Amino acid sequence: MNCEQATRLMSEAQERPLNLKEKTELKFHTVMCSGCRRFGEQMTLLRRFSRASGQKDKSDSD
Amino acid sequence: MDLAASELQTLRDKMLSFARLQLSDDALAEDVVQEALAGALKNADAFARAASLQTWVFAILKNKIADALRNRYRQPELESFDDECKECGSGDDQFNNKGHWQSHSSPQRWDAPERLIHDQHFWRVFDTCLEGLPAEQARVFMMREFIELSSDEICESLALSTSNLHVLLYRARLKLRQCLEGNWFNRGTSA
Repeated sequence: MNCEQATRLMSEAQERPLNLKEKTELKFHTVMCSGCRRFGEQMTLLRRFSRASGQKDKSDSD
Repeated sequence: MDLAASELQTLRDKMLSFARLQLSDDALAEDVVQEALAGALKNADAFARAASLQTWVFAILKNKIADALRNRYRQPELESFDDECKECGSGDDQFNNKGHWQSHSSPQRWDAPERLIHDQHFWRVFDTCLEGLPAEQARVFMMREFIELSSDEICESLALSTSNLHVLLYRARLKLRQCLEGNWFNRGTSA
């Protein structure tokens, strides 16, 4: 598995559950590849940012 | 509910800019915002239990935008989607010909991402990056991540295959990530 394949799987993981083979191969790759490891973390952040964006200018605090 | 006119105006402006970004259609954006506000006021009882007015109206607004998007794509005017996608599967310049990160594009550490939710400068960069995506990528990304439609719903309303959708989302995320890193997280550290 190369970085392009790994990042593609990490994006798909946001859309569907990965199967065991995919998960295992991805794990092997990310253990050794810091770039892809960060990419995976950033995918989670992108989703969090997007979902928070409706409330981005916080005018009423709790 | 007690709400000063100025507060309502501010809220309305935020809703409008959000809706415009999603729909790229000012008139339609005005309509959905109006409907969302009317819906929110009509259900003021439910709002009394909600955490904040803004959260509440934005939840309604998202639904209205989702409806508007579904309606728009029910008329299949965008038959170009499938064609676009043949190209979006091709190699990206962030990877070399072996499929490994180019040295300049390998993801770097993002510092303190949690603080950014309330940082207006960050959101300006975020919006600019989003607007810089190819139109069809931006559209599916927004439908998926902002409006929170399911993959199935998006495929159905755009007549896209699942694999096409995945490729479009992948391309969008790849570019958005790179843009945020270059223009926010690593700004000033590289050319």
